[in-house]
Amino acid sequence: MILIVDYGAGNLRSVVRGLEAVDGEPLLSSDPGKFAEADGVVFPGQGSFETAMEKLRELNLEEPLKEHLSSGRPFLGICLGLQLLFDSSEEAPNAEGVGAFAGPNRKFQPGKKIPHLGWNSVEWRQNSPFFEDIPSGSYFYFVHSYYPVPQNADLIAGVTDYEEEFCSAIASDNQAAVQFHPEKSQKAGLQLLSNFVKICKENR
Amino acid sequence: MLAKRIIPCLDVDGGRVVKGVNFVDIRDAGDPVEVAKRYDEQGADEVTFLDITASSDQRETMVDVVSRTADQVFIPLTVGGGIRKVSDMQRMLEAGADKISINTAAVQNPELVDEGFRFFGSQCIVVAIDARSHSQTKGEGPWEVFTHGGRTPTGIDAIEWAREIEQRGAGEILLTSMDCDGTKDGYDLPLTRAISEAVSIPVIASGGAGTLHHLYEALTEGKADAALVASIFHFGQHTVQEAHQYLQDRNVPVRDV
Repeated sequence: MILIVDYGAGNLRSVVRGLEAVDGEPLLSSDPGKFAEADGVVFPGQGSFETAMEKLRELNLEEPLKEHLSSGRPFLGICLGLQLLFDSSEEAPNAEGVGAFAGPNRKFQPGKKIPHLGWNSVEWRQNSPFFEDIPSGSYFYFVHSYYPVPQNADLIAGVTDYEEEFCSAIASDNQAAVQFHPEKSQKAGLQLLSNFVKICKENR
Repeated sequence: MLAKRIIPCLDVDGGRVVKGVNFVDIRDAGDPVEVAKRYDEQGADEVTFLDITASSDQRETMVDVVSRTADQVFIPLTVGGGIRKVSDMQRMLEAGADKISINTAAVQNPELVDEGFRFFGSQCIVVAIDARSHSQTKGEGPWEVFTHGGRTPTGIDAIEWAREIEQRGAGEILLTSMDCDGTKDGYDLPLTRAISEAVSIPVIASGGAGTLHHLYEALTEGKADAALVASIFHFGQHTVQEAHQYLQDRNVPVRDV
């Protein structure tokens, strides 16, 4: 079973559908107890940094999420689910993120369309099992105005150019988080989800 | 680099594609799900359904269409038509739509844009603007916002309205030129450019596409971020691949499928 952490942030049905399409067994739940049973965890998210953190704490999901991250068990963060893993965000200067990784989230420089919305390419900076059979430079669907700046540059697994280069994926062994929406990124996205399902099965 | 998007748009009435689609090898050219799947295979960057069903008791049909599409098509799906309140938006989002397009209801009740933004986030909220020029000279403003499928004048200036809905939390603007729609003479470039320059959110150009060159013009001279396309795809004149190729050959960034 793959747990999709449900804390009321965005269209989670499409993540469920995406995982089902690649033979995963997703379970949408906000029960903190489900982390222990899961072969892997998907941490999705859309919307506001601050509201998401409030919801996460209200539902007592922050601690099990942190524990899961430090256990090294399979994990995939999506969109806001990437940003929340860091310390802070320019979106809400007083809000504290999960802080599993050191670094802030920054807003795109003005002078271009914000949000960064649509298909953009991702250059892999790591050989990760998450990216197997997906050529570097493949296009994925993005919708966001902020992006993380990891203090530890070794975490950076993918970068994207939107008139400035930003970190669009981080990865370490069986854990990764991406700024784009694999569930909306057609073949390349489904391949990434399929790779994640495989990682989950291998680590059962 | 961020790719310019090509978005096929299907008019749906009572769960069926209006006038059908002229694909030779499709099982049911009137089924929006089948057609959306085909466009997905062709490399469409998104798909938009516009529900033009007149009677509200047939709206449930659209929920089913959206749900069946989302089960099989893994690109962003926008649904518009007949969305009047937050609960309508929620129903479509739960069925599997990624974005909701509102038009008349937003003009009648601009608070709906704020509410949609608060409940679902701006990434879900597309405001459609139907605009018509007031000038005698072709391609000049001012442009007025029309509602009810372009039938009802509102007295609202299109550029001011675009700025207002951006402030209220809209994530994108779907801009249709009532002067150009159906002409196949090309998109309204001055209008598209004026709106695109007035806001920082993405603008989808709509109305008037008759050739691939028209798409190119909208995405370059018109400064649009995406082009909505109907008849030139539906009637088999061109495929989405051909559109992408045409643009790529002219150095417009498009998705490498």
